[in-house]
Amino acid sequence: MISFEEVEYVYPNGVKALDNISLRIGRGEIVALMGENGSGKTTLLKHLNGLLKPTRGRVLVDGVDTRSATVAELARKVGLVFQNAESMFFSSTVWEEVAFALRNFGYEESVVRRRVEWALNFMELMDYAESSPFLLSGGEKKRLALAIVLAWSPEVIALDEPTTGQDQLQKEKLMQMIKLLREQDRTIIISSHDVEFIAQLKPRIILMKRGRIVADGSADEIFLNEDLPLSCNLLPPQIASLTRELSFLGLKPSLKHPQEVAEELLDALSKILHKS
Amino acid sequence: MYTASTSKTFFLESSKGDLREMLGTDRRETEGEAEEAPVIIQVENLSFRYYGSEQYALRNVNLMVKKGEFVALAGRSGCGKTTLLRCLNGLVPNFYEGEMSGRVLVDGKDTRYTPTHIISQVAGMVFQNPDNQLFALSVEADIAFPLENLGLPREVILERVEWALNALGIEDLRYRSPFELSGGQKQKVAIASVLAMRPKILILDEPTSSLDPASAKNLIDSIVELNKREGLTIIISEHRLELLLPHADRLIVMDQGAIVRDGDPKLILRDGNLLVYGVAPPKVSEVARYVNAHQGCLRFDEIPLTVREFVEKVRRLIG
Repeated sequence: MISFEEVEYVYPNGVKALDNISLRIGRGEIVALMGENGSGKTTLLKHLNGLLKPTRGRVLVDGVDTRSATVAELARKVGLVFQNAESMFFSSTVWEEVAFALRNFGYEESVVRRRVEWALNFMELMDYAESSPFLLSGGEKKRLALAIVLAWSPEVIALDEPTTGQDQLQKEKLMQMIKLLREQDRTIIISSHDVEFIAQLKPRIILMKRGRIVADGSADEIFLNEDLPLSCNLLPPQIASLTRELSFLGLKPSLKHPQEVAEELLDALSKILHKS
Repeated sequence: MYTASTSKTFFLESSKGDLREMLGTDRRETEGEAEEAPVIIQVENLSFRYYGSEQYALRNVNLMVKKGEFVALAGRSGCGKTTLLRCLNGLVPNFYEGEMSGRVLVDGKDTRYTPTHIISQVAGMVFQNPDNQLFALSVEADIAFPLENLGLPREVILERVEWALNALGIEDLRYRSPFELSGGQKQKVAIASVLAMRPKILILDEPTSSLDPASAKNLIDSIVELNKREGLTIIISEHRLELLLPHADRLIVMDQGAIVRDGDPKLILRDGNLLVYGVAPPKVSEVARYVNAHQGCLRFDEIPLTVREFVEKVRRLIG
């Protein structure tokens, strides 16, 4: 679905934000780009819908070279939800904000109405339909940004730091939504440094540092490695650290649910206490 | 070209006051260690409804905070955390208007009858997004600006800017533009500019929400330092409890405008499930709670907040 071929991107001020990135993402994959702020995650996402074009190399989205397509053409395929949701807004009401892109894509008004309604309900924003987007709380603004993109249902959905400022209930909702989108065979690319959230979602993880890919693997491969997360300024998930520290009892490092870890620990302890 | 020397012309000249008083050095009370810390915030039967809103944002909140306490505030989005914090530095009801009952005393001053600029010198507030708090061309000028507004003499301003830069370990950022800094650096500058007012209370509303984990940890560590070294009272709302709780004296959980838990974090985590309030406890404390639920060979009287505390308890058990 998406391929990066030896992509380099240099900002006008000379900062090289992407350095020789080669990468393939298949249809229906969920991929998390992880790394500290400034590692190139957002720059990479902006290449997906042609907001940025590679300085060298090329980016193909569904076979189309992003250099030969306009952002408007790419936007139908790739919906990008920015980290700073407010930068997406300009309408006077929440409803209009979601309807705008749909009208732009030329949908009939009845379809627009149905989709806006669905997206606002799904993101629990219907109560604010007539409010100004700028008066929403931080978490609500983020949900609105998601609603805008979900409404036009692109094949690829890119989320830039979606869990920022979200409480645990909203994070769980987001997790469900991502799983639902996967059922619909959508390709989802998430940039995030929310280690606990990603450890629970367990997607393919691409670890970035200073514009380069330093590792690409499963959540277990990345998070259970003792050095990798720290080398990219990420703190390892607590469960990974805990199970590693308890390995003297025979526990294996894992990203299991706390309940499973508790059970394994008690099993191991009762065996040891029984022996002595 | 904007340089440090030109930025100093930014400072307003004003009459020279007592330097020590201006620096706030006389504010520090010398208390015996054993003596109970005085109450610095007192909230009594506080309810508040924003103008134009039908729902109460705060419902009968009672709260007492002692000088030097480190208080963590948690709860789902929209539970009233931000409104409560705004009440503590007088932004509610002086800036955000609405219907308020009950009262808030900050360092003995009733927030309703004290101008915001006075309260904000006692209780400084740091917001989620540092970009909303920074605007000058250099870090130094940003920190100096509120002090210039107070009309402090130039030497005092210079001294306080120096102190604030130092307190957060960001002396090297002095001449940089706030806009070229990383998120974590920006947030430290925002804290420094609040700190330069020499408040007794530092209020932080989800200050790490846009930071990556290592920067968030680094920022929390700086805040912990301020609490320990300067005796600053800290009230901080935060979703990432695994970073915060190991340092907090006290955890307050809010739900639908009311305080639903208030006490020692280790006991609160032991006694109930916080997920219903949209609060994710640290994963180690979740494991500990499941262990307790099994009533097996291991029981945690105090729920561990860090991996180390957890492992130490297990090691003690098996000797």
